Amino acid sequence: MIYDDVSDSTRRTLSATARILSTLKLDGPLLIGIALIAVYGQIVVYSASGGDLASLTRGTVRLTLGIVAMLALAQVKPTVLRNLSPWLFGLGVILLVIVDAIGYIGKGAQRWLDLGFVRFQPSEIMKLAVPMMCAWYLHERALPPSGKSLLALAALVLIPVGLTIAQPDLGTGLLILIAGGLVIILAGLSPRIIALLAVAAVGAATIGWNYLHDYQQRRVLTFLDPSADPLGAGYHIIQSTIAIGSGGVFGKGWLKGSQAQLDFLPESSTDFVYAVIGEEFGLVGILVLLCLYLFVVGRALFLSMQTQDTFARLLSGSLALTFFVYVFINAGMVSGLLPVVGVPLPLVSYGGTSMVTLLAGFGILMSLYSHRKLVGS
Amino acid sequence: MASRVRIKDHWREQRLYEQRILVAAVVILLMVGTLIGRLVWLQIVKHDYFAELSQGNRVRIEPLPAARGTIYDRNGEVLAENRPAYQLELVPEAVPDLEDTLRRLVEIEVLDAADLDEVRRIIRARRRFESVPIRLRLTEDEIARFAVRQFDFDGVDLKTRLARFYPHGEIAVHALGHVGALSEADLARVDRATYAGTSTIGKLGVEAAFEPLLHGRNGLREVLVNARGRSVQLSGSLGDALRNEPATQGQDVILSLDLEVQKVAEQAVWDRRAAIVALDPANGDVIALVSRPGFDPNGFARGLTRPEFAALNANIDRPLFNRALRGTYPPGSTIKPLIALAGLTYDRIDTADSVYCRGFYSLPGSSHRFRDWKRQGHGRMSMIQAVAQSCDVYFYILSNALGPTRIAEFLGQFGLGAATGIDIGGERPGILPSPAWKKKTFSDPRNQVWFPGETVIFGIGQGYMTSTPLQIAHMTAIIGARGRNFAPRLVTATRDPVSRTITQLEPVPLAAVTVSSPEHWQIAVDSMLAVTEGGTASRSAAGAGYRIAGKTGTAQLFTVGQNEEYDEKTISERLWDHAWFVAFAPADDPKIAVAVLVENGRSGSGTAAPIARKIMDAYLLRKFPEPVPEAVAATEPASGGE
Repeated sequence: MIYDDVSDSTRRTLSATARILSTLKLDGPLLIGIALIAVYGQIVVYSASGGDLASLTRGTVRLTLGIVAMLALAQVKPTVLRNLSPWLFGLGVILLVIVDAIGYIGKGAQRWLDLGFVRFQPSEIMKLAVPMMCAWYLHERALPPSGKSLLALAALVLIPVGLTIAQPDLGTGLLILIAGGLVIILAGLSPRIIALLAVAAVGAATIGWNYLHDYQQRRVLTFLDPSADPLGAGYHIIQSTIAIGSGGVFGKGWLKGSQAQLDFLPESSTDFVYAVIGEEFGLVGILVLLCLYLFVVGRALFLSMQTQDTFARLLSGSLALTFFVYVFINAGMVSGLLPVVGVPLPLVSYGGTSMVTLLAGFGILMSLYSHRKLVGS
Repeated sequence: MASRVRIKDHWREQRLYEQRILVAAVVILLMVGTLIGRLVWLQIVKHDYFAELSQGNRVRIEPLPAARGTIYDRNGEVLAENRPAYQLELVPEAVPDLEDTLRRLVEIEVLDAADLDEVRRIIRARRRFESVPIRLRLTEDEIARFAVRQFDFDGVDLKTRLARFYPHGEIAVHALGHVGALSEADLARVDRATYAGTSTIGKLGVEAAFEPLLHGRNGLREVLVNARGRSVQLSGSLGDALRNEPATQGQDVILSLDLEVQKVAEQAVWDRRAAIVALDPANGDVIALVSRPGFDPNGFARGLTRPEFAALNANIDRPLFNRALRGTYPPGSTIKPLIALAGLTYDRIDTADSVYCRGFYSLPGSSHRFRDWKRQGHGRMSMIQAVAQSCDVYFYILSNALGPTRIAEFLGQFGLGAATGIDIGGERPGILPSPAWKKKTFSDPRNQVWFPGETVIFGIGQGYMTSTPLQIAHMTAIIGARGRNFAPRLVTATRDPVSRTITQLEPVPLAAVTVSSPEHWQIAVDSMLAVTEGGTASRSAAGAGYRIAGKTGTAQLFTVGQNEEYDEKTISERLWDHAWFVAFAPADDPKIAVAVLVENGRSGSGTAAPIARKIMDAYLLRKFPEPVPEAVAATEPASGGE
């Protein structure tokens, strides 16, 4: 028999692990994928921060915090999550209004809410709350959604998006829009309307250009031609493409990326950490990372297809796809394919909130999967 | 209302969802493909380009200037060396209050209030952590004023750097040349990489001619810099491949000049417009090379201000002009021994032949009188007497018998009319006229004709003929060496500053002058001995203790009319005749040949000959006039240059 090769003890260990995971409502392969990315990320961030152990420690703390959030959320029953969705959404909207109001009074950009013991971005909550709200709304309704539902959904998505962009935080606003939009698309939005919206988006972008803040306009212009202002706004992109390009196939080696180590690459441990990987580990290093991401996204999509109700499906699918969108936007902007919009590289970039939100999202995803009723199989 | 409640169809919804996920998966793969495509473009296709940009980012090249070679005279006296010069430098980020600091620097008078704007501009243009020179060329007083208050000036410091220094100031400046600020034009003809980090280059004389040797090779050091341009400690393996090429010092150069003799020569004509060249007939070594007035090369090494340069340039005595190499003067009677030798060589005259001088000479069929300098005539003259008394009529007749082509050909063998080939270059060839030369030089056919009268005055070194003092000295040396001929040279050896190995340079022999009989050389020497022993220059040669073969000369600048008297009281001093004296000694085995030219010195015997005597005494007997005035010594520069 084929299992003869596997010793009894090994089999026992494996089944014990499976039992533990099952008890913790976690998915083994997804967990492994996430863990590999996170470890890889810590290694790179350590190098990007110039070998700073303190930032490594802080990163580990945040990672732990995220894992706790993931573990906790995985335990919550999907029905509870579903029933909480409107409340979470409502809370998020109120907090966003407060942030906007503070920003308006203080005459400046305001994204943070300082609660004394912790500062956090309410818009970050919305990355989860908006898709949850949309999935909640569609849960009882027949799919594909009717026209009336679509209008309601549009309002649910656009209100928080508008409030976030008003902060102003165009990047996060767009990410919330994508997270909500993905739920609607997965719910079966007709391809004709998708096409129509795409055309409308281009039109809106053209008109909206005039309403963008100066720095936002500059970001887009810089994206179109970085060399026009090499020491100003174009500096980030030029230096990150130099970093990636000079890495070559195998990279310069860990801690040996001169662009990152000598501070030519700005924000090397946060938004531009992708360039550090490209410089120090080369094409091979990035391909490894992309494969890990593909594995995680693929596993997440597979899990979402196993879920059994509308809320679970739509929410888990949106979470999985949003995760990929983050990867694509960050990798695209750092390598000069997309404008710089301040999206971190998921699970790798140094910085607290996004790591926690992402892991929380995976916690929800695992909860949705692991609490399914085993029927009809 | 006919609104219809749709029933959820779970199976259909599941199928719809799976379709959407499938489409999403395809889209995801396409997007990842785009990312990978971009990576391939950046990391494989354009890798070399970006690798170079990255290298340029992180490495800054710092030049390590090579120390310029030292120049010595033949006895090891230093003629040009490198000394520390002081400049005031400021590190902007280390200065607590820049404006206050600048104000106080003006207060203690090390900074000029008028320069403040310029200083601020320079500081702004540089990086905050770089040391910025804010004041160059500090005087001793300024250094002292600043030094005692230095504790009040955080971030301001006195810095030294090596600057060229000529310890003897004006002495031998026209032989040594000087270094000056490296200009764009200079950079165009040298290897830029070699001069990165060098701010000066040899401009004239030995400094220019031996520039490649003296300059050495600059080294370079690659320094790892971060994004702010600050150099960083080699952090691990980032510093692996940094180059560090030490500079190769410039070679030392040893000159044939004898500083003591040079000083005597300079001193003898210090306040005049004059040129002196002394050569060793045995090898062409330049013992002394003087052109007065001179200038202090230290000014150029430091960097002259515009008004300083304008003053030098506008000086009517032209101190920047190298009279010894570039001044062309009629050689006058100094060539008479050669004309005599030509007469013997071409067999136009015999030693025994004599000529009667009655004070003038006229060509057959012409009433024009070519007058002798002695109005009443010398009477009957043998060849030796004619040279000794410098009888013009004798040489009028002899020239006429030789004809211009033969004269030019013979004089040409002595290097007249062509560059002598001295190793510092920059000399002018002068003019050795001949009918062929006239044809070539003038475009108007009327000017191309050679007139018989021109032949007559050719023999006494007048007319078109001009020569440089160097050429005349060279010519004299050839007579002294009995035809042996060496290109004049200043540099006799080079020395490696590290190994101290001296490389001797061989003298450069030129084609020897041949005469029909070696005895003719003795006749020429005898005739020149007669000049100092009973002839025109006997007073200057008296009591020398060694035998001097010499010849006086005057070069006319002002043409006197046929029946007019040359009266120096009526003409400007600057039109007075130039005085020449050439000599070599000891006559039998010459160690030194000298040519002295004093502009408007009037008399070769009265003005030039005593100067030549002082030089020969100094060189042959080590007898020096006392004392050497202080004006000769250079003042130490306590300053840096531009």
